[in-house]
Amino acid sequence: MAKAKFETPELSEFVDVPNIEEGAMAHTTCFVAKPEHQEPLGFPGEKVDDWHDRAIEKMGDLLSRYRSFRVYLDSCVKCGSCTDKCHYFLGTKDPKNMPVGRQDLLRKVYRRYFTFAGKYFPKLVGAADLTEEVLDDWYSYFHQCSQCRRCSVFCPYGIDTAEISMAAREIMAQVGVGQKYCNEIIAKVFKIGNNLGLPGPALADTLEGLEEDVYDEDEVAVKYPLDVKGADILLVTPSADFFAEPHVDGLIGYGKVFHEAGVSWTLSTTASEAANFGMFIGSYENMRRISLRVREAALELGVKRIVFGECGHAWRVAYSFLNTLAGPFDFLDPDYPVPQHICEFTWNEIQQGTLELDKSENDDKTLTFHDSCNVARATRMGDTPGGQFDIPRNVIKAVCNNFYDMEWDTIHERTFCCGGGGGLLTDDLMEIRVKGALPRMTALQNVMNEKGVTHMAAICAICKSQFTKVLPYYGMDMYQIVSVHQLVSDAIVLNRKTPPEEAPGYGEDDDD
Amino acid sequence: MSTVYALLFIVATIVLVLGLARKIVQYAKTPAPLKIPTTPAPVTQTGVVMRMFREVVFFESLFKSTKWTWIFSWMFHMGLFVVLARHVRYFVDPVPLPIALIQPFGIYAGFAMVAGLGGLFLRRIFVDRVRYISAPSDYLMLLLLIFIGFSGLMMTFLIHTDVVMVKQFFGGLFTFSGGELPMDFALIMHLTLVAVLMIILPFSKLLHIPGIFFSPSRNQVDNPREKRHLAPWAKKLEES
Repeated sequence: MAKAKFETPELSEFVDVPNIEEGAMAHTTCFVAKPEHQEPLGFPGEKVDDWHDRAIEKMGDLLSRYRSFRVYLDSCVKCGSCTDKCHYFLGTKDPKNMPVGRQDLLRKVYRRYFTFAGKYFPKLVGAADLTEEVLDDWYSYFHQCSQCRRCSVFCPYGIDTAEISMAAREIMAQVGVGQKYCNEIIAKVFKIGNNLGLPGPALADTLEGLEEDVYDEDEVAVKYPLDVKGADILLVTPSADFFAEPHVDGLIGYGKVFHEAGVSWTLSTTASEAANFGMFIGSYENMRRISLRVREAALELGVKRIVFGECGHAWRVAYSFLNTLAGPFDFLDPDYPVPQHICEFTWNEIQQGTLELDKSENDDKTLTFHDSCNVARATRMGDTPGGQFDIPRNVIKAVCNNFYDMEWDTIHERTFCCGGGGGLLTDDLMEIRVKGALPRMTALQNVMNEKGVTHMAAICAICKSQFTKVLPYYGMDMYQIVSVHQLVSDAIVLNRKTPPEEAPGYGEDDDD
Repeated sequence: MSTVYALLFIVATIVLVLGLARKIVQYAKTPAPLKIPTTPAPVTQTGVVMRMFREVVFFESLFKSTKWTWIFSWMFHMGLFVVLARHVRYFVDPVPLPIALIQPFGIYAGFAMVAGLGGLFLRRIFVDRVRYISAPSDYLMLLLLIFIGFSGLMMTFLIHTDVVMVKQFFGGLFTFSGGELPMDFALIMHLTLVAVLMIILPFSKLLHIPGIFFSPSRNQVDNPREKRHLAPWAKKLEES
């Protein structure tokens, strides 16, 4: 496929609500899953002949299983409240990227087949048959939604387009029209244990390399253990943390925090992935199967606690769904929430004073924080609502002297998605990713100009990968995006020194 | 003619009650398999009741979103609420004190309601994004409500209707003893449109009325780590 040409939107001081431009993004689509990506997930390999009937049947099935789906399809009054809230609409002007415009692609079919008004007065209520063209529209536009839930904040009925997108993707996968990016990754998780297809030995090598790097720099043997039975904490982190930049600097940070806190911890080969792409494709069964790996690893290793690394959608599945999908976790230590976020862990340690932090190590940076969409609007940290905003900021402020927030209507529950979430982090969707980042890039540029911000911290693997790729399109530097625990890593003072015999490579020949 | 209207209102009431009951049962029976409150969300049931109250009475989310839509729709809904309360006096005797007290406000509320609807109608026409998402039924619904409000106001300010007779008619309806309806144009239009509204309510987007109470993003408690949430069909997956 030739690289699609498109123009990066120009940044100005405000993101104006554009006039609609019909069909502006109709050309954007992503690769369809091949049989080898579909079948391991329990979906038909190719588009089935009776796709129409099976799609309607599946829609009926979902209507009976998901209250959200049914209530949201019925309740929309077309008030327009959500129309200017989606970053993809603001960046592309395509009205089918307005949340209600996107929902209506499916709602019109729902009305036609499942409601009295749509069956007998389709024109009057905007109902339409499910045709080849409608299915194409679904495939295109339900893969231009990052399931970030920003629309649901502003909807007077709380209608969440993510629920509709997930249902649409589930229906499409069930008739053999799945998305390659997500389904290929899920198949890898089942086969190898993580999204990147990193096998156990490679993982062990990588972690050993990290131990050496930390030792070379700090002369302290911080351990990055793998499959250690009887450890207290199982850390489940996105596999991007094992090698991608700036993710890996975050992982180094988690290890240092555990080291200084004096707890025993381990990673697991079989649960070497925090992300759960089963959510993106709306498949409860696949999401459950992926989640159960975490339960199995916890049981096998005999840990007492589960902690999740920095990852947005992963934290949603972990915080909101894990207990449902893979619980009950009555075999773990009841004194700690299951699971915990690494930021909750670190903030607790900071409050208890177990960590010595030298803020001046980060004086070369002025920070801002990007609230990751799914952390902000679908989860919590700590005991009080809004902890998901305060705790990461508290951690940053504990390790940095210079911190400024972006504009109020682009953070907290109003945060904008990075543009790459929800199964869109693939090169075949580069145009929508770049355009969808417009609102965040605008807010970042403003805080750079007004407060001299140099770096933006995030707690999501997708956000980090997306910004690394997209920042240069907007004339910024890819290294401006950092992990929160990378900042912790730089500021933490390692006081628990190691005896020389525990140093990596001690006693080995130096010939390798 | 009065018999036709008597029948129309009996049918309309049956359709409204049964239609709504059917949808409410359907919503209540459909499980919500996952915890999906839009966060930050309340961590207690009391908190959820408060959130729902703010949403239903003040339209909190809409207020966060767009002030114009909020002003128009709040005027309309609150106007309608007061007007409906005012109408109670046509159906009960003696008239309860609170209903008697709000009678003068009911008139202003009627104007607020029509003005709000007018604003929503103009917005639907002039904002290109809202125009794009509007089906014919969306305009017709607003027109229906505007005409209901307008014909109601007409009876107060232009062609006075014999409300005592109307009250006798509806009183008769409850006891199936019959009664005559005054044949005024405004009243006939008003009653016809109200009956139409009652009949289409369970088949239209007016299902947002029960819908809001069943919206999982608004009615769920944020406590997934503390309390395991499991739908019946999901439980079956565990048993297989």
